[in-house]
Amino acid sequence: MTRYLLSRVGQAALVLWAAFTASYVLLQLLPGDSILIKFQNPELGLSPQQIAEIRAYYGAGDPPLLDYLNTLLGFLTGSFGYSIDTGSPVVERLAEALPETAKLASAAFVLAVLIAVLIAFAASYSRTSWLRGALLSVPSLFISVPAFWLGILLIQVFSFRLRLVPVIGGGELQQLILPVLTLAVPISAPIAQVLARGIDQVYAQPFVPVIAAKGATRWWILWRHVARNAVLPAMTVAGLTFGELIAGSVVTETVFGRGGIGRLTEQAVNAQDTPVMLAVVVLAAAVFVLVNLVVDVLFPVLDPRLKAAS
Amino acid sequence: MKGGLILSWLVIVLVLLWAVVPGVFTGYDPIAGVPAEKLQAPGAEHLFGTDAVGRDMFARVVHGAVHSLSGAFVAVAVGLVLGTLLGLLAGSAGGVLDAVVMRVVDVLLSVPGLLLALTVIILLGPGTVNVAIAVGIGSVAAFVRLSRSEVVRVRRTDYVEAAFGSGGRFPVVLWRHVLPNSLGPVIALAALQFGVAILAISTLGFLGYGAEPPTPEWGLLIAEGRNYLATSWWLTTLPGAVVVAVVLAASRISRSIAKEGP
Repeated sequence: MTRYLLSRVGQAALVLWAAFTASYVLLQLLPGDSILIKFQNPELGLSPQQIAEIRAYYGAGDPPLLDYLNTLLGFLTGSFGYSIDTGSPVVERLAEALPETAKLASAAFVLAVLIAVLIAFAASYSRTSWLRGALLSVPSLFISVPAFWLGILLIQVFSFRLRLVPVIGGGELQQLILPVLTLAVPISAPIAQVLARGIDQVYAQPFVPVIAAKGATRWWILWRHVARNAVLPAMTVAGLTFGELIAGSVVTETVFGRGGIGRLTEQAVNAQDTPVMLAVVVLAAAVFVLVNLVVDVLFPVLDPRLKAAS
Repeated sequence: MKGGLILSWLVIVLVLLWAVVPGVFTGYDPIAGVPAEKLQAPGAEHLFGTDAVGRDMFARVVHGAVHSLSGAFVAVAVGLVLGTLLGLLAGSAGGVLDAVVMRVVDVLLSVPGLLLALTVIILLGPGTVNVAIAVGIGSVAAFVRLSRSEVVRVRRTDYVEAAFGSGGRFPVVLWRHVLPNSLGPVIALAALQFGVAILAISTLGFLGYGAEPPTPEWGLLIAEGRNYLATSWWLTTLPGAVVVAVVLAASRISRSIAKEGP
């Protein structure tokens, strides 16, 4: 067990380091020098010497390997450099944006799981085949809907037509409803698909008719026996959606005009703010790697059969 | 064939025709509008209504097909070629090369597709082709994984052993036996990725990194319609519905290919 744990942690750290290195190399390859673009503007009236000083401040003149090691050391000690766009430390901008996105993403994740469970349970519980077919095709519809369009549609229906949710103002909770729904819908789809498939597979196992013969109700079989066995693969997929939560926040926060990591990303792309982009990419990779590490480690705890195997 | 599958093929063929011969489907100009006819609701005259400068929305959606479809083709081509080559290499060579390629895939998978695409866009700059390449790079990992597992599966079969046994050289066996027999699921994935690419390209277009206005790219159409949400629902709803239909059709076709072969 300890060996399994150590090797998984090592693997995760390796992937994270590689993700950092790859995005560092990519973003440093940038043909346009974003510092020059920003400060060479004649209106600023900076002398070449001053620009050179600014470049030194951002560490732009350092040899590549030294700069790489400096940046890596910075990331390990929690200093992500300075935003080229605003000049403020990237850590500050991240810290400012993170709580907003964390709120949005965690609420969306909970809602996505609820929607997924609802769809999968209803589909496997329904006896009419057309209803079951309709429920099972809901996830592929959810996946095919552009998130930005869904957000706009929700604003149109709930804010402008029904006037249920105010466009501007309103309580914090009210403001969260539509963005959370927008972010949750596409994420619920893969979880629902895997959960429904898992439930079907467990139903095919011989222990199910045995329990039914003993007099268990359909609901009891589904809840106590089938769902418990079907939940593990769904957990893996749920872990994989965490990266999509961060990516989805780019679209959701833009559509709803919210601040957060997604908005920060959009601004960074527009301003070619490579230090901010690097931090966001590494953050997304870190969240993804960490969550999946936790899922992997939890697996044997949740399923004693796996513990026996390892 | 089931009804849904036929409908899916119809949608794809229709949209392909939009891209090739848009003039057959609409007589209106997608760029030049008639200001007097601005913001008209959908009707017999204007199927999808008109926008704020009096352009026919249906004409814009029809003429926009070529941008979204060609972008998606480029994206899938990038993912398919790069991914399949890497997967073929990793699966047939094995050993250190295999391990290195698969770790690279792990890294690619750890960064969400949209962020990967945005990183590539920072690097290459905005524009239609760059967006397509960015989306394609995001799909490389999926193609590598699938094609590698297919190659590993086919390699173990008797006929490949026999081909090696009868003196076939490695690259020849790879080309004549392993590649054709690994292709089915890869083509199914390509069909799926086609829909995913249309979705991603419209998202990047919506965010403003793709085509420049007044190009009628689908994502951009929806972005432009946002300013008229309260009054003109058709500007955003109808182009979006077209995107959904195309993506759904692509995923339905992909599933049928995965099940029954191409």
